[in-house]
Amino acid sequence: MSVLFIVVPLAVLLAAGGVLAFAWAARTGQFDDVDTPAERMLHDE
Amino acid sequence: MAAEATLASPVRRAKALCRHCNLVVPPGLIDPARDDQFCCHGCETAYSIIHTCGLERYYELRQQLDDRAPAPGTDRTYNDFDDDTFRRLHTRQIGPLTRCELFLHGVHCSACLWLIERLPRMVKGLVEARLDLRRGIVDLAWDDRVVKLSQIARTLASIGYPPQPARDRKSRAHRVAEDRRQLTRLAAAGAIAGNVMLFALALYAGIFDAMDPSHRTMFRWMSMVLTVIALVWPGAVFFKSSWVAIRTRTPHIDVPIALALGAGGLWSVFTTIKGSGEIYFDTVSVLVFALLAGRFFQSRQQRASADDVELLFSLTPSSARRVEGDATRDVPIESLQPGDLVQVLAGDSLPCDGEVDSGDSLVDESLLSGESRPVRVTTGDRVAAGTLNISAELFVRVQTVGESTRVGQLMRLVADGTQRKAPIVRFADVVGAWFTLGMLALAALTLGLWLWLDPLHAVDHAVALLVVTCPCALGLATPIVITIATGRAARRGMLIKGGDVIQSLSKPGVMILDKTGTLTTGGLSLVAWHGDDSVRALVHAVESTSTHPVAKALARDLTDPHAAPVRVTSTNQILGRGIEAVAAGQRVVIGSLSFVSTLARVTLEHADLARRWAAEGITPILVAVDGVSVALAALGDGVRPEARATLDELRRRGWQLHIASGDHQDVVTRVGSTLGFTLEDCLGGLSPEAKLALVERSKASLDPRSGRRLVMVGDGVNDAAALAAADVGIAVHGGAEASLAACDVYLSRPGIGSILELFDGCGRSMHVIRRNLWVSLFYNTTAAAIAVAGLLNPLIAAIVMPISSLSALAVSLKSRTFADHRSQSVLDPGSRS
Repeated sequence: MSVLFIVVPLAVLLAAGGVLAFAWAARTGQFDDVDTPAERMLHDE
Repeated sequence: MAAEATLASPVRRAKALCRHCNLVVPPGLIDPARDDQFCCHGCETAYSIIHTCGLERYYELRQQLDDRAPAPGTDRTYNDFDDDTFRRLHTRQIGPLTRCELFLHGVHCSACLWLIERLPRMVKGLVEARLDLRRGIVDLAWDDRVVKLSQIARTLASIGYPPQPARDRKSRAHRVAEDRRQLTRLAAAGAIAGNVMLFALALYAGIFDAMDPSHRTMFRWMSMVLTVIALVWPGAVFFKSSWVAIRTRTPHIDVPIALALGAGGLWSVFTTIKGSGEIYFDTVSVLVFALLAGRFFQSRQQRASADDVELLFSLTPSSARRVEGDATRDVPIESLQPGDLVQVLAGDSLPCDGEVDSGDSLVDESLLSGESRPVRVTTGDRVAAGTLNISAELFVRVQTVGESTRVGQLMRLVADGTQRKAPIVRFADVVGAWFTLGMLALAALTLGLWLWLDPLHAVDHAVALLVVTCPCALGLATPIVITIATGRAARRGMLIKGGDVIQSLSKPGVMILDKTGTLTTGGLSLVAWHGDDSVRALVHAVESTSTHPVAKALARDLTDPHAAPVRVTSTNQILGRGIEAVAAGQRVVIGSLSFVSTLARVTLEHADLARRWAAEGITPILVAVDGVSVALAALGDGVRPEARATLDELRRRGWQLHIASGDHQDVVTRVGSTLGFTLEDCLGGLSPEAKLALVERSKASLDPRSGRRLVMVGDGVNDAAALAAADVGIAVHGGAEASLAACDVYLSRPGIGSILELFDGCGRSMHVIRRNLWVSLFYNTTAAAIAVAGLLNPLIAAIVMPISSLSALAVSLKSRTFADHRSQSVLDPGSRS
């Protein structure tokens, strides 16, 4: 069961990676406007 | 009153508009036998289809949409967009491209998005146009060497989206950055809560099943590290705000929350390091996430309403026409200098304080002073920024611009008022104070009891109690109720900028109403007619030849589609006095008493009535035909149709109403008496400073603990300072920029009709918030009883807390606050449920 000592911190690191990715996305303005892209994709030609 | 009664029926006939398309019905097609008139067969067919299917609400809904989207003129050159001052204020250079954000008027839907984003194909040199559909802001990037911004703006205006610069680029950028930080914190809190819950699940499973002690220690330490991060980063807001609350000795809901988080967190850290004892990391981290989420949604919704109001006021013109040599050039207001000469066309508002250099016109000062009658200005007269030039072109020598103008000074009063306004102690905060006391008392009781029974576990039980009595259901559900209420109100045309408003408006209090533009229509209209009805057509024909505001109002209100056209042969207009003409072979003189009496014989009865009307504050206009006065019309500021019913209903509910106006006392008294005000409740002749003083005095006379609040309703620049100082400032449709900036609520439907709906919605929302308190209290007392008995363990806490929050949330989501759909009459009892 000692594999848990590696797997659990690894899982937490993965989650931290997710948070960092989200922070990057928020910082670059990808959540500033969440309504328009949904409409815009309907018009892409 | 009798004079008004004779007026009623012709005016109704005058509005022979097509029932379906709202265009004027040609006289030949009018069928006097029917209620509904149609301009063509197509409209009649369309109406009958809609009518037979029982879909007549369509017309009601359509009316509201029309109100919300007035199309402003599009004949601007937008040359001011190329000015250096404009470029410095609103554009930024990125590589070879220039970027700028513009607010667009009239953006609704997916098709607008498509059209606007295809703009680079229409304008050479424009590289990108990206629209934010909800806010109506387009982000443009163009090559300045190929195309000028003014040309892009003209193209936008020509396809129906007149642009305006987004006013305050810096503060908007700051707000966006704050939004992004908030979202990041929320995400971090969410991720931590999820992971700590997973560890907790493993630990709880280990209670029943044997668990390796080393694994148990690992999970506890991992939970600790994550929860400490949650508490010092996203959760820090609770500690900061409760520290401020304690220092200023004001009650706040964050104090008991911080107490629970702090006690739970610290004790769990202690037991983790010690290696034995209960931990509450899971409950603490979930609490941080849930409470932050509630606040995030609330601030987002309020931001959206505030954005909508900001969009409205950024649409007011921001350019001036400067005279440069023989030509005029559009420049931004910011680049005007004292001594410049500006041209102000009829229908434009004045960009600066100054002196009339040449020209002779009427100026509407109602937004600035509350005065409903236009003022005549000519060479040498002083004019103020923010007033409206209505009849003829003026050339104005600039004296002061920006902050030092009269409007600028009033805006400073607004800023002061907003700063000085003490925050309202919210219901949740008052409850929070009692929660804190209750929690501390119960914790002390538990500690004392268990020190006596079992000293080893005394602190454990006391901490368990603090954690489990955290008023999280209240702290989470209250923002959600406010979010839903604000969102629904916004869809019904009531933009609420702050959550405190909902509480303040839920109980009747004192209301001070502005007159001009709020209770009245704010423009000139026919309010009385006395004498021969047959000359109406004559007057209409003669006045139609003039562009004077008085003539325009008369011509509009005397329109009669049944009347045969009258031929007007020669006219002679004397500005400020009247008009003389030959119509249908008769000599007609229309104008003031002094003017008409020099050209015709005025009967004693007419002269008396004219003087009496003038004394009442309405403007008498005499009509003489072939040398004898035959009729008398009166122009005034007409009372809005819904005003009386709304005010009566407010009185019935216990509101104390007053009128405060900048207009003359006699005018205010006349309007007040038709609306059921007593003489002492009608205050006229008030300067903006006097209005502010009145609001502050009335506010001071109210007992803050009674829950009665001071509400100010107004539309003008002269109301702005008072709006900012009142407990709740409500600005009505058509208001000035300053009042939009100062208000807490903006009603986008004309008139005060939607006030009742607003109050109903606020009352119901407060009711839901109170119900949440009971749900919260029920869970907390049950849990507290278990904790005092020493039976509570982290598993029970982890189960009880989310259940209480979720049930409060469910109650809030299901509740009816503001009606969910548009267009039920506000006075219709069916809309209240």
